Amino acid sequence: MAFIEAIDLVKTYSPKGSPEVRALDGLNLEVQKGSVTALLGPNGAGKTTTVKALTTLIKPDSGSAFIDGVDVAADPQAIRRMIGASGQYAAVDQNLTGFENLVMVGRLYHLGARVARQRATELIELFDLVESQNRTVKGYSGGMRRRIDLAGALVIRPPVLFLDEPTTGLDPRSRIGLWEVIEQLVTDGTTVLLTTQYLEEADRLADSISVIDNGRVIAKGTADELKASVGGLRVAVTVVDEVQIDAARAILNRFGSGEPAVLNGRTLVVPVSDGPVALAAIVSAAATEGIGLHDAGMRRPTLDDVFLQLTGHAAEIDEAEKESAA
Amino acid sequence: MSTTLKPIPGNAVTRFVSDGAVTTWRNMMKIIRVPEILLFSLIQPIMFVLLFTFVFGAAIDIPGDGYTSFLMAGIFAQTVVFGSTYSGSAMAQDLKDGIIDRFRTLPMSGAAVLVGRTNGDLVINTLSMLVMMGTGLLVGWRVNSSPLEFLAGVALLLLFSYAFSWVMAFLGMSVKSPEIINNASFLILFPLTFISNAFVPSENLPTPLRIFAEWNPVSALVQSARELFGNVPPGTIVGDAWPAQNPIATVLIGVAVLLVIFVPLSIRKFATISR
Ligand SMILES: Nc1ncnc2c1ncn2[C@@H]1O[C@H](COP(=O)(O)OP(=O)(O)OP(=O)(O)O)[C@@H](O)[C@H]1O
Ligand SMILES: [Mg+2]
Repeated sequence: MAFIEAIDLVKTYSPKGSPEVRALDGLNLEVQKGSVTALLGPNGAGKTTTVKALTTLIKPDSGSAFIDGVDVAADPQAIRRMIGASGQYAAVDQNLTGFENLVMVGRLYHLGARVARQRATELIELFDLVESQNRTVKGYSGGMRRRIDLAGALVIRPPVLFLDEPTTGLDPRSRIGLWEVIEQLVTDGTTVLLTTQYLEEADRLADSISVIDNGRVIAKGTADELKASVGGLRVAVTVVDEVQIDAARAILNRFGSGEPAVLNGRTLVVPVSDGPVALAAIVSAAATEGIGLHDAGMRRPTLDDVFLQLTGHAAEIDEAEKESAA
Repeated sequence: MSTTLKPIPGNAVTRFVSDGAVTTWRNMMKIIRVPEILLFSLIQPIMFVLLFTFVFGAAIDIPGDGYTSFLMAGIFAQTVVFGSTYSGSAMAQDLKDGIIDRFRTLPMSGAAVLVGRTNGDLVINTLSMLVMMGTGLLVGWRVNSSPLEFLAGVALLLLFSYAFSWVMAFLGMSVKSPEIINNASFLILFPLTFISNAFVPSENLPTPLRIFAEWNPVSALVQSARELFGNVPPGTIVGDAWPAQNPIATVLIGVAVLLVIFVPLSIRKFATISR
């Protein structure tokens, strides 16, 4: 049995006045000991629900989950003793300082007072919060709160770590800092399950990626395996004027070897069989039809393409949408 | 592999005590860091003592020690009942802030979170009681009972408020936002404390209100405190209803019923909630 194993998890929500949502629809997951697995999926795919089910926050309607052989539903306290978890939105006490928050978490893991303080000091340094450690969290920026919350997940140096979108809301420097922290933890033997909407992040950190959509895993493998699964070269073009997107799509459809996909409002991608020939044909057809192009080029498949191919929609996060959902 | 930090030895009881101490500490820190909470919960009873004494005191004729001595038990009861609503808004706020999700992924006792929370109310209520007593004594309140009876009266008020904190904690976990609990408790608790014998003798109320007041548990609490402080005015007509006849027993039964229902209900609720 894998170190973390989820078997056929189903979780439905029935919000008042709206139809039932199958947040998890028979989700299966295996995480090997000492590896980093990324759950990659668009908004509403079921990433948070999966993490909540594995960290004892919610009980699935059916299916089962095990961590190191312990049944999550049957013995949640045993699970809690061995995991560290950081949810999608920072969960910190606003009226305590950053330092006090970490000491509190340590005390609630039942560490001795001295060890809890010592560990809090270490984590404050690791997460670059020395200057603000004695201010109440109320006055922290979003990214600082996030870092305290992540530090809270590391307090006991847990053998298993769950991180739900750990880098969302962090500035580039903190994001890279966190990546390094995670890499170090994995070197030291920690098993990590993280969720992300950043393909770059999954690519860099994860040994194994599970792509999820509509509450089930639709593909899994290493980043390279996933890229190979969607085939060869792509041609991507960006139109100058969004109104010409449909005309451009028709051209890509003609010269590509698959269905063109819209990456964002003005960029289209299509798999092609002969890269240079297709690119030349597409560019000249666009010129003939008077479609202005910002950019046109060939590229190897990225995880973006995997995403597009598998889910039919792009993985880009819409920050505005996330804010309104929060 | 870097070694996981090990917990200090302990059993279920020591763990529970230590978790309760940590969560109580957290709520104390909130009182210190957000002093407005304490300030308002102290100013309001002072204001009520003064307003009622000087506005109604002249108009309401109470035999014996006069209106202030009659009033104090009522103000105490009203204040501690309102003081218990903090558990409601604080649980709702903690749920919203996600701190409950954090607690629920830790190997701690969920019941301890609720104990810490209700203890927080108890501290605030004890402090407001002390401040009100000081104010009351300044404006003419007199205790006409033995120290033991006096302490029993104080204990009864705090006990009732503690049981009520559990009710509010449960409600706080059951609503969507802290604002709902604040507004709802205002709407429910104002009539409950006013249609009672807290501020005026209930025998003078119109019949439907009088009947309500006689059965109102707040009246029983007020009447108990009045008896234990020796503040029952001579010639008081006690209603026929059983709670009016047996106020102390009513309060004790009420406290037991609330705790028996809401302690397990709250603990069960806590074990399943998530933001
Ligand atoms: N408490 C809830 N009540 C009702 N529906 C819910 C609840 N929690 C989640 N859902 C629904 O379940 C589905 C999966 O949600 P989940 O939060 O797991 O998605 P996610 O992959 O984490 O998305 P995001 O990237 O936006 O965080 C969504 O359709 C969501 O609307
Ligand atoms: Mg999520």
